[in-house]
This record gives sequence, structure tokens and C-alpha cells, in this order.
Amino acid sequence: MGDRKSATGELTNGLVRSNPLLVLMVGLCSALAVSTKVENCIFMGVAVIFVLVCSNVIISLIRRFIPDQVRIPIFIVIIASFVTIVDLTLKGYFKPVYDRLGVWIPLIVVNCIILARAEGYASQNRVRYAAMDGIGIGLGYTAVILIMAVFRELMGTGQIVLFEKTIINFGTSSMPVIFIMFPGAFITFALLAAALQWYQDRRKPEEGGGS
Amino acid sequence: MAPDMNEAWRYFLLFFGAVLVYNFILIRFIGLCPFFGISNRLETSIGMGISVVFVMVMATSVSWVVWNYVLDPLGVGDFLYIPAFILIIASLVQFVEMVIKKTSPPLYKAMGIYLPLITTNCAVLAAVIESVRPGFFKMNIAYNHTFPEALVFTIGVSLGFALVLILFSAMRERLDLAPVPKFFCGIPIAFIAAALYSLAFMGFTGMFGL
Repeated sequence: MGDRKSATGELTNGLVRSNPLLVLMVGLCSALAVSTKVENCIFMGVAVIFVLVCSNVIISLIRRFIPDQVRIPIFIVIIASFVTIVDLTLKGYFKPVYDRLGVWIPLIVVNCIILARAEGYASQNRVRYAAMDGIGIGLGYTAVILIMAVFRELMGTGQIVLFEKTIINFGTSSMPVIFIMFPGAFITFALLAAALQWYQDRRKPEEGGGS
Repeated sequence: MAPDMNEAWRYFLLFFGAVLVYNFILIRFIGLCPFFGISNRLETSIGMGISVVFVMVMATSVSWVVWNYVLDPLGVGDFLYIPAFILIIASLVQFVEMVIKKTSPPLYKAMGIYLPLITTNCAVLAAVIESVRPGFFKMNIAYNHTFPEALVFTIGVSLGFALVLILFSAMRERLDLAPVPKFFCGIPIAFIAAALYSLAFMGFTGMFGL
């Protein structure tokens, strides 16, 4: 590596500057579907971080032995093995959560974030940076779905229930239920993306808005 | 109703549910990456839609055979279904690409560039898992995972995907000309539009008791 990198730099890079959901726009499907409950998001975030870090480390370790022509199938098989570990663990120990997350756990394998990091980062960088990159990108993903879930659960049901304890309660009478339903996910994400554009626009006023 | 009439009605419900009531993009949030990435232009989304229908139906047919005659009888389904299905999809996409390239150059020209993208399209894997493997399915229909049912379901799912993709891209072309607030330009307004589409599709919920 010619240029010097710091491990913390890789961590914050994934969290903010190349946030997978808001900036790179990958891995949207699971984010929108899972963010109806804060509790789901915690489990989903942990699962994604686990798969991302493990696959990044393994791919970075064996990057010199992977023939270039068959690298994508190899990446997919590595990722699929870790997803299977998560799938069976959740099914064994956290059955209610597994039932709620449903098809999204096996679908981590085709989550574009993980394959994109394997292809674009882990297969070209040293193990230490690959692990930090995995944690950073995973935390960036988790942070965004947590923000969405807090907003949606609070607006939709008026309360946040975490591990069967009610943490915040506004009284559940007249809340806009739409936020917890399907259109609410799109609206919430649109508001977040618009807020990001507004923030970037304010930081560099001379460049102007639009994409 | 006569028994065969009943049967036909059940297939119709399965198809209808897959296309509209449980639409993959708008109600289940599956396959959003290609949805927002490709729906800029009408022409590309028609190409992508046709390719997705083609690959999904073939992948489900092969996976159904593998699940019912290899994985499930051997008792290894729980451990191996993720790698098995994703490898089936990846190799099938590669195979289809080679066959089309040899046999029909015009079709390859139309579909070729979308085929590699389909491997990582979560809609294909989701369709395969939902139609082949019992236990993930949350539709309010009697669904027994027989081969004809799986086929009807997949055709419905893929047609629903293509339908929304094409409808949405037709609207997004107009959206480029519309006066949109500055910070909502580009992606945010596309999501707002998708929310309105989703709201419209929620109107199908409860139709025929689905």
C-alpha cells in the first residue's frame, strides 16, 4: 500500500462519508422492510455487522489465492456460509425475532453492501483495514435503520417497545399509522435523504444542490 | 362450486396475490436496488423486466427440483439452502447468458447487460426461497408448494416486479421535468413517488379475502 491509512479513518469513513444506505444507496430493501420495530433493527444490525466483518476478514486473508475469474462465486460462498451461521443461531435461540425478520435473514447473502465491500475493498486491502471497514460500514447501516425505526415506531404506534418493556409512551390513541405501514418506509427514507442533501448543500454553498 | 372450478379459483388467487396484493417491490420491499437504479428510463426497465421474468421462472423450476428431490429428502435443507439456491441462480444466469449469446444475438443485445446484474438481485433469491421452501410464506392463501403452484406463484411475482418497474420508470421520466423542491431532487422525490404507488397498491389488500 502506498498511501498511509489509519484504522480509525476506515471506521469513520464507513459510518459517515460512504454510508452504505444514504450515500451509496445499496442494501435498501432490508433497511426499509426491517425498520418497523427498533428491536428488529438491533438484531438485523448485529447480523449484518457479523457477516460483513467475518466475510471481509476471510476474503482479505485469502485474497492472494483467489483466481480472478472465479472470485465472485467464491465471495458468495464465503458470505453464504456466514449467513447460514446467523440463520441457524437466530432460529435456535431467538425464535420470535427470527419469525418476524422472516426472509430477510437469508437475504443478507444478496445484500449488495456485503458483496460490494468484498469486491471493492476486502479483496484489495490488508486484514486490519478490512475488519475496520466491515465494522464501520456495518455500524453505518445499523445507525440509519435505527434512526428510521425510532421515527417510524414512535410515529406509527406512539410507543417504543424494547425486549417487552415499554421505553417511551406517548399514548396510543391518534397516531398516523401510515408510518408503520409500507408507504411510511418510503416517506421516512425520502425525508432522511432530503435532509442529507440539505446538510451537504449547507456545508458547501458554492456547489449548489441537485444531484 | 365444482372441485376443478375450486382449483382454478385457488390458482387465480395465488397469481393475483403474487402480482398485486403482495407485490414484491411496493409491499414487500424486495428488489429495491435495481428498482431505483434502473428505473430512470423506460427502455432499460422493459429489458430488465423481461430478463427478471425469464430468470426467476427458470431458477424456481430448478430449485424446486433440487429442494424436493435432493436437499429435503437428505435432511440437509436447513444448512445448505442458502448456498445451494444462490449457486443455482448464479450458474443459471451464466448459462442463460451463454445460450442466448450463441442462439439469438438480437435478444442478447437487448437482455445481455442486465443478466449479470440479476445474480445479486435479491428479488430472484427471495422468489426462489418463498416459492420453494415452506415456512417463509406469509400469504393468506392455501399454498402447498406443489410444482404447478410454485410455477404460478413465481410467474405472478416476476410479472408484478416487471409491471411496477415499467410503470414507475414511465412516471420517473416525467418527474425529471416537474418542478421539485431543491433538496428533494433526484432520489428523495423518487422515494416519495414510490410511497404514493405503495399507498395505491395497498388498496388491493383485502380483495377476494387476501
